Amino acid sequence: MDTGTLFKLLSEGTVQTLTMTLVGTLVSYIIGLPVGVSLIVTGPNGIKPAAVYNKIMGFIVNVIRSMPFLILMIAFMPYIRKIIGTGIGTWATTAALILAAWPFVARMVEQSLLEVDPGVIEAAQAMGASNMQIIRKVMLLEARPSLLNGAAVATITILGYSAMAGTLGGGGLGDIAIRFGHYRFQPDVMWITIIVLVVLVQIMQEIGIRLAAKMDNRIN
Amino acid sequence: MAEHIIRLQGVTKEFDTKGGKVVALKDINLDIERGDSYGIIGLSGAGKSTLVRTINLLEQPTEGKVIFNDSALTGLGSRDLNRHRRKISMIFQQFNLLMQRDALGNILFPLELAGVPKQEAVKKAEELLKVVDLEERAHSYPSQLSGGQKQRVAIARALASDPEVILCDEATSALDPKTTRSILSLLRKINEERGITLVVITHEMGVIKQLCNKVAVIEGGRIVERGDVQDVFARPKTKAARKLFFPDSEDSELPEARTAVRNRLRLVFDEKTAYKPIISNMILATGEPVNLLYANMDALLDEQRGQMVIALSDNKEAAEKQKAYLIKEGVAFTEIEEDSNYYDYPLHGFREEEEK
Repeated sequence: MDTGTLFKLLSEGTVQTLTMTLVGTLVSYIIGLPVGVSLIVTGPNGIKPAAVYNKIMGFIVNVIRSMPFLILMIAFMPYIRKIIGTGIGTWATTAALILAAWPFVARMVEQSLLEVDPGVIEAAQAMGASNMQIIRKVMLLEARPSLLNGAAVATITILGYSAMAGTLGGGGLGDIAIRFGHYRFQPDVMWITIIVLVVLVQIMQEIGIRLAAKMDNRIN
Repeated sequence: MAEHIIRLQGVTKEFDTKGGKVVALKDINLDIERGDSYGIIGLSGAGKSTLVRTINLLEQPTEGKVIFNDSALTGLGSRDLNRHRRKISMIFQQFNLLMQRDALGNILFPLELAGVPKQEAVKKAEELLKVVDLEERAHSYPSQLSGGQKQRVAIARALASDPEVILCDEATSALDPKTTRSILSLLRKINEERGITLVVITHEMGVIKQLCNKVAVIEGGRIVERGDVQDVFARPKTKAARKLFFPDSEDSELPEARTAVRNRLRLVFDEKTAYKPIISNMILATGEPVNLLYANMDALLDEQRGQMVIALSDNKEAAEKQKAYLIKEGVAFTEIEEDSNYYDYPLHGFREEEEK
């Protein structure tokens, strides 16, 4: 493979991987963030305990979290094909990513919110804040640095999932590594793909850490 | 006719724990008048924090009523409760400031909750920073402030909603003595100048002495004694109260040499007698020796108070003369039996009794 073709292949793969990762992460957060918040709010020490909801939602999250991503993707492929018309390629993979990642995101969010000082929540209650105000103005803002760190971890995990999805015709960098690096015995392509992935992970981690530190007013 | 701003009626609080039911508060009845600075004192575990948290219903009482300005808070929906809560501010031992907001932002918080327009809110928050003497720290974050400064921000935040009551839950317990004094004097100024009622939870007698006009002593989830600070201090009826009023009572088990001394009296000096050289005059007048075992002077809201444990002459006749002299001078005293600690005994004429 000449350099030009390889470059084109890799840049297409990178764009696909980034698309799957970023869209996947975004939608996972749209689902996982409220679920994570709800798990804290309805928990035994939450501001509005609701044991039944908490148990059921916690169970669903745990079940999906315990399925390995590849198995989950294969198991759900027929349904994804039914819904979006195809079982392979960028969008099918993105759908599978969201399905697997939202419970992970919910747990990450839950962990971050657990770090919020209960005393501050109590102070807000004493001031007459509604539960919605406490969630928006106290919990999410006080946990912001931790949530951002968590988002970096989540994004990197989803990037990893998307690369795995490549083995099932999912597109992106993982797809390239499998098709060229593995099936066609081109270790140079394999290693270049790995290097691109490492660079992407580094960039995401660095952005996450810096953003979290910049947004954290506790350390000065 | 004084107006009751807070009334607790038959408030009981039980917690379900693994070890079974724990009764934290037992049939508490408490009336707090507008403008009071009401101290609630007790040792840790006595239930005082639970008690203050039932006032704004952070703790839902198992039984009984909490009445604020003639309306019962118990049984209200969250919307109505939150409306009342804006008039009952609270400050905490650990300050509980929002770590991600600066001092000004923290003071703005209750104003945002109440939907006060931004410009007006900022103006008010800036004024409150001046009240607590922190204008130059408006844009400092809590992590950059000292404990005393954090509590000042918390006080400004408490004032922002124009409250009628401020609940102080061990507000100075995390602060050093000097900072404690300045916070207490700020609170007292707020009580006196703005007429805001204070409910002060503490385990330190010093806080009550500097800040409160009324006091309730809580022990084992019950109020065992209450009244004007002056009265409770001069004539504590229960052992719990006496223990608290001896500042070093925890370790004041007197050494044997001193508990074995006979003919001991506990004297209490009030405003009229605190400045007189009573003991030296008594020695001059009676010509009999006095053994001084313990003495302590205190200020209650700036009024001088003192207590002393002395041993009278071994000569019975001489001791009677000495007692007569004390009665003439108007000094209240109690006789203390041999081998017991002085706080075990109530003042002359007051029997040990639990409040009904």
